[in-house]
Amino acid sequence: MERTLFYLFGGLAVLSSLWMVTRRNPLGSALSLVVAFLSLAALYAVLHAHLLFAIQLWVYAGAVMVLVLFVIMLLNLREAEVRPQPLGFGRFAIATVVVAAVGWKTFGILGRTVADLAPIEPSFGTIGAVSELLFTKWVLQFEVVSILLLAVIVAVIALAKRRA
Amino acid sequence: MVGLNEWLLLSGILFLIGAVGVLTRSNGLILFMSLELMLNAVNLSFVAFSRFTGRMEGHVFVFLVTAVAAAEAAVGLAIFVSLFRLQRSVDVDQLNSMGD
Repeated sequence: MERTLFYLFGGLAVLSSLWMVTRRNPLGSALSLVVAFLSLAALYAVLHAHLLFAIQLWVYAGAVMVLVLFVIMLLNLREAEVRPQPLGFGRFAIATVVVAAVGWKTFGILGRTVADLAPIEPSFGTIGAVSELLFTKWVLQFEVVSILLLAVIVAVIALAKRRA
Repeated sequence: MVGLNEWLLLSGILFLIGAVGVLTRSNGLILFMSLELMLNAVNLSFVAFSRFTGRMEGHVFVFLVTAVAAAEAAVGLAIFVSLFRLQRSVDVDQLNSMGD
């Protein structure tokens, strides 16, 4: 069961992100990225991360992607305006080297046994258990993130209010 | 049972796809979406490690990363909108006029 779900949603995530990277039209990219985020949410559910499943749906597949789609439609980039890009040799070389190096290490993982599945309590990954950790041990980081969000609100309003 | 290796492999593949997007695309919006995909790939490995070690610190990290990514999305897209107002384009290859 778990294996079926892993291959189903993992394959869906890989295919839709490949589709996302290769589209010329940003709208098609954004829609396939939504599919990738939804399948990642399903993978979180397979891993018993209940809270993160909900957050992935709300924040990524919801808020962030709605913002991206809104900007794409606001800018209204036509296919013709999107210049077909000649892939320069330097860029191609850098991409090849990065893919070869990281891919070699990544596929190297397959050969070894890394860890066994740990026994978990029924409350693992629920909102109560995660927030207990978040509000005790990691409360400083939580507060820093809240300051960051406040700074972002101010910055985005300052950017948007400026007369061009 | 799916092993930790396979989860990490999936996460690595998604990260690579995102990295290729960042390195090869010049449309700013697609570049931005590739960055989001890379963040998500790392999140997946956090959650997988969390499940396999039985500790929930990974979930806390993913929560914080998600908040930072949402902040980055807001600022990044605001920058692209301002940029489009100035240049009528979101092509990052044309952003070579830092002097003037």
